[in-house]
Amino acid sequence: MEKKSSLRRSIPVAVALIIAFIIPLVIEDEYYLHTFIISGIYVLLVLGLNLILGYTGQLSLGHAAFYGIGAYTSTLLVMNLHFSFWLALPCSGLAAGTAGLLLGFPALRLKGAYLVICTLAFVEIVHQIFMSWESLTRGPMGIPGVPSPQNISIGNILIDFSEKQTYYYLVLVIVLISLLLNFFLIRSKTGRAFIAIREDQIAAGIMGINLTFYKLTAFYSACFLAGIAGSLYVHYIGFVSPESFTLGESINIVVMTIAGGMGTLIGPLIGAIGMTFLLEFMRALAEYRMLIYGIILMVLIVVLPEGAIGGIDILRRNLRKPQKI
Amino acid sequence: MAILSTKDLTIKFGGLVAVDNVSLDVEKGKTLSIIGPNGSGKTTIFNLISGIYKPTSGSIFFRGEPIHGLKPYKVAFLGIARTFQNVRLFKKMTVMENALVGHHPKMQSRFADDLFHTPKKRKEEKEIKRQALELLEMFDLKGYIHEKADNLPYGDQRKLEIVRGLAAEPEVILLDEPAAGMNPRETEDLIRLIGQIKDLGVTVVLVEHDMKVVMDISDRISVLDYGKKIAEGTPDVIREDEKVIEAYLGQD
Repeated sequence: MEKKSSLRRSIPVAVALIIAFIIPLVIEDEYYLHTFIISGIYVLLVLGLNLILGYTGQLSLGHAAFYGIGAYTSTLLVMNLHFSFWLALPCSGLAAGTAGLLLGFPALRLKGAYLVICTLAFVEIVHQIFMSWESLTRGPMGIPGVPSPQNISIGNILIDFSEKQTYYYLVLVIVLISLLLNFFLIRSKTGRAFIAIREDQIAAGIMGINLTFYKLTAFYSACFLAGIAGSLYVHYIGFVSPESFTLGESINIVVMTIAGGMGTLIGPLIGAIGMTFLLEFMRALAEYRMLIYGIILMVLIVVLPEGAIGGIDILRRNLRKPQKI
Repeated sequence: MAILSTKDLTIKFGGLVAVDNVSLDVEKGKTLSIIGPNGSGKTTIFNLISGIYKPTSGSIFFRGEPIHGLKPYKVAFLGIARTFQNVRLFKKMTVMENALVGHHPKMQSRFADDLFHTPKKRKEEKEIKRQALELLEMFDLKGYIHEKADNLPYGDQRKLEIVRGLAAEPEVILLDEPAAGMNPRETEDLIRLIGQIKDLGVTVVLVEHDMKVVMDISDRISVLDYGKKIAEGTPDVIREDEKVIEAYLGQD
């Protein structure tokens, strides 16, 4: 992962950044802007799950629970306790992260299938809590009227977060910060510890890596991001209800993580943005949507287990001449 | 005083006594080899020392402190490194990254440093990269640093595993059958390599089947059979020991 030419890498990144920033200025169709905003939120979810699954190698089917915890926390803090969105946002991250520790502490001691089952049970339990704790969450009816972040005036300029264009930039900035921090984290002692655990847990322990600590760290970070995503989601949609935070949604996020390419930085981007757009376009296909989704999943596992990034890698390898050592 | 020792170390897996009241002493700077027929418990002892297993009874002392039952990462932090019989490198990582992971116990960076790319982290990364390169160069692996570890030829993979173990500057390194699968020329290289490890001041404990290596580099040899220690002494003594000969011949 040490690339030789950092200039060569910077150019596509710079281009992508420029494109990302001018999208709302160029695309006026609200539907597309909406889809971009939703993809941005999914990027945060997938970046997080990528830390757990792609880098540390632990499969969690519970991610939607933390998404939901972030969403409800933000809603209640803003609507019941009159927090400002800007305070509720990090608090949602902290709440979801803490919940992650509560699950992670017992669950991460388990191996393989047992961990997966534990996380699966967790998302179901959390979903049920959202459904049943009516005095807090209004149960299946959900909580409508979640306000968008308060407008900010700077001089003559009014920043209105109820406008899709503005919200797009809000999500974009948070995504960029998350990507940057993720980039730093992976190229570090912590990042290498994650990957070592994924590659060979026993050897990692022998190398001095505290397995429990690092698994919990990955879990906490991922859940924090999910909480942030949850907050961004509710203040955009204006409505929160339990049906958004189910096992199915967890699986959705897992598929995006795998489809994009695990254990890379671009993978989550491709997976989240690509699949969000794909799912949106498939809405028109109604009944066939789930069928196509299932077929895509199966094809992926068989043909491209490393996701889109793996596919690109394979192409690259075949186009290059064989190298001599 | 022994830098590493086991006292009446025993582990039972159900009804099977894999290691039976074994007492060993490793003196600082003196190479100990543990030999014995397959299944005699040699690797199990390494697993006990490095914390992968907890003993059923008995104890393990390192620098006078008990270490039996400690988790592997704690044993690593105390200064014991280890390689595996069937090389356990981090396959998808590059050679350089494998070497960098080895430095883990030495690094002071905390999560916040790593996440926010603080000057402390940057400085430390630079320093351990330098150290890793030095070590890789010493063991002739510098040409491979950007290669994925599982692309390396087998002999070099073994070397890399040793480099990874040495990166944390351990006091003792446990080498588990490093000569397995090597041809005579590679075995010569290995003997030289172990000499280099000794020059670095690291005490070597070896589990090995290859008698040429064992006789060449050992200061003392302990012989195991069916989990029990049946003989102990210098290479010359062991060579002549009847019990040892019988244990090995008995395997035919």
